[in-house]
Amino acid sequence: MSNTNTKAKKTRQKYSKHQLRAKWGSTIFLIPSVAGCALFFFVPYLVVIYYSVLDNPFGKNFVGIYNYKNVIMNSAFQTAVKNTGMFSLIAVPLAVLLSLLLALLLDNKIPLRTQFRTFLLSPMMVPVASIVLIWQVLFDQNGAVNVVLSKFGVTGVDWLKSDLAIVVIVILFLWKNIGYNMILFMAALSSVPQDIIEVARLESAGRVKIFFMIKLRYLVSTIVFVTIMSLINSFKIFREIYLLTTDYPYASIYMLQHFMNNKFKSLDYQMLSAGAVLMSIVMVVIIVVLFKAEEHFSKDLDG
Amino acid sequence: MKQLRSDKLNKSPDQKYVPERRGKRKKVLRAVSLTIATILTAAVSLLFLMPIILTITNSFMSPTEFAANYGAIFATTKSGGRQFVAQFVNLKFIPDMVSFSQYATVLFKSRDYLFKFWNSMILVLPIMLFQLAIASLAGYGFYRYKGKIRGVIFFAYIILMLMPYQVTLVPNYLVSNWLGILDSYWAIWLPGIFSPFSVYLITKYMNRIPKSCIEAAQIDGAGEFRIFTKIALPMSKGIIMSTGILVFIDYWNMVEQPLILLSDPDKYPLSVYLSKINSGEVTLAFAVATIYLIPTLLVFLYGEEYLVEGITYQGGVKA
Repeated sequence: MSNTNTKAKKTRQKYSKHQLRAKWGSTIFLIPSVAGCALFFFVPYLVVIYYSVLDNPFGKNFVGIYNYKNVIMNSAFQTAVKNTGMFSLIAVPLAVLLSLLLALLLDNKIPLRTQFRTFLLSPMMVPVASIVLIWQVLFDQNGAVNVVLSKFGVTGVDWLKSDLAIVVIVILFLWKNIGYNMILFMAALSSVPQDIIEVARLESAGRVKIFFMIKLRYLVSTIVFVTIMSLINSFKIFREIYLLTTDYPYASIYMLQHFMNNKFKSLDYQMLSAGAVLMSIVMVVIIVVLFKAEEHFSKDLDG
Repeated sequence: MKQLRSDKLNKSPDQKYVPERRGKRKKVLRAVSLTIATILTAAVSLLFLMPIILTITNSFMSPTEFAANYGAIFATTKSGGRQFVAQFVNLKFIPDMVSFSQYATVLFKSRDYLFKFWNSMILVLPIMLFQLAIASLAGYGFYRYKGKIRGVIFFAYIILMLMPYQVTLVPNYLVSNWLGILDSYWAIWLPGIFSPFSVYLITKYMNRIPKSCIEAAQIDGAGEFRIFTKIALPMSKGIIMSTGILVFIDYWNMVEQPLILLSDPDKYPLSVYLSKINSGEVTLAFAVATIYLIPTLLVFLYGEEYLVEGITYQGGVKA
């Protein structure tokens, strides 16, 4: 199917009306989504880029990279970037690794396999507000975790108001997301061709070797997919952090989303826009790297 | 395999026992590792299950008992004056006495909760249904459309999908303001309906439909729309259902969007209301949460198989 106008004109003479309709019919399916996305996301996003180089949305004076400089030098922004980066760097790989381990565990013929699978997925169902309440009960100064710790003679801390707050959030993130990731891995594991594994077994390859030499190679694109999903969800954890600690949490869990939220509330659109644009650039880089990695590691596998 | 073993069995008696003994040891080892795996999985499952159990059982706890157990964290009287409580919370899975008073309050005395529950339904269901419809169309479109800009558009969708809500917040707000739909449900419905998330998932799956299926239908004279409804849709039923579950859970728990785009608290869904539940009502929170959990539970029980099945092809090679 050709795209450029000149080619289209040529084809118009060659094909019958019916064939032409079939050729261009596919575009019609894309229109609702692309139009909606353009209206609600792409075009306004261009406006955001436009805002990021203005002094304010009303004066409309071009200031170049002034807002970008401003936001990068902002200490709150620096803390937010550091924390968000740290959190994603810890939480996302852990989520991928632990869910893969769980999937491998469940890949054994253990009893009650489907039940366990459902149990591990159950955190998806718990309402956010309920999660927040339970996390408070667990990690408050007077909370249940400290009760257990005090039995071992350890004096507890107010977890969410200490440097360990990030640990609490990572635990919450893992608890919430591992189940779904695990399902993705279980599905991928079951689609590894069994005949290859049989051959490897006959050649007396151990289970560890089979995993690293065969299964892992078939898991590459799932790993990329799970990483993407975990990355999305790592940004969504802001909801829980926000509900647990409101606008200004302890410094170690002050995230980029807090920064943007607060800038939105104080109507500082320039800084917010510049921050948003910077963040999207980072996302583009991450995605390109992930896709290149996927391409590199799974190139000699046939579909 | 069988051939090999029988060969060995036919050999001399002293050789006969070697492979069998080794097999036995292997069997024992296998059983031990299986037991360890089971215990490990059970332990993790229990840990994962705990919050949901806690939510449900504690919803039957009377306000007095709730205060006695959790008063150390939540001030449980409206005046803020704390009743005499222990210094630490007492994490309790089974209440001493089963009480239905919270449910009575939530369901009959105060109409607020049911009203907000209804708001949630009205907000979430259209988003889920229309997002799936538009994403299925787009997924098929991406599958069939081979233009040069396909890659660019799809990449933009992926980047957009990855953006935290706070980045799309300003664009969202600007458009809603411009369209004059701020403070109405449209401000939440429309961006939700066009969310790129399900487009990504469904496209990834539809890309796996063998070209030969499409070609066969074309030879039979089926038009694009017919191919879409008769071949692509039925083949992608699993992923559409499982995407639906994810979308439902995501929007069912939304907090940020209503807070920013709606100014009238009467329009808030229960998720916002529940998360802002004030200290006087905290004893009700678990009962409300349990009621709030029911639709998710139903969606889940109905669709879990799809969730598992639908993903099966997603994770495979070559997206």
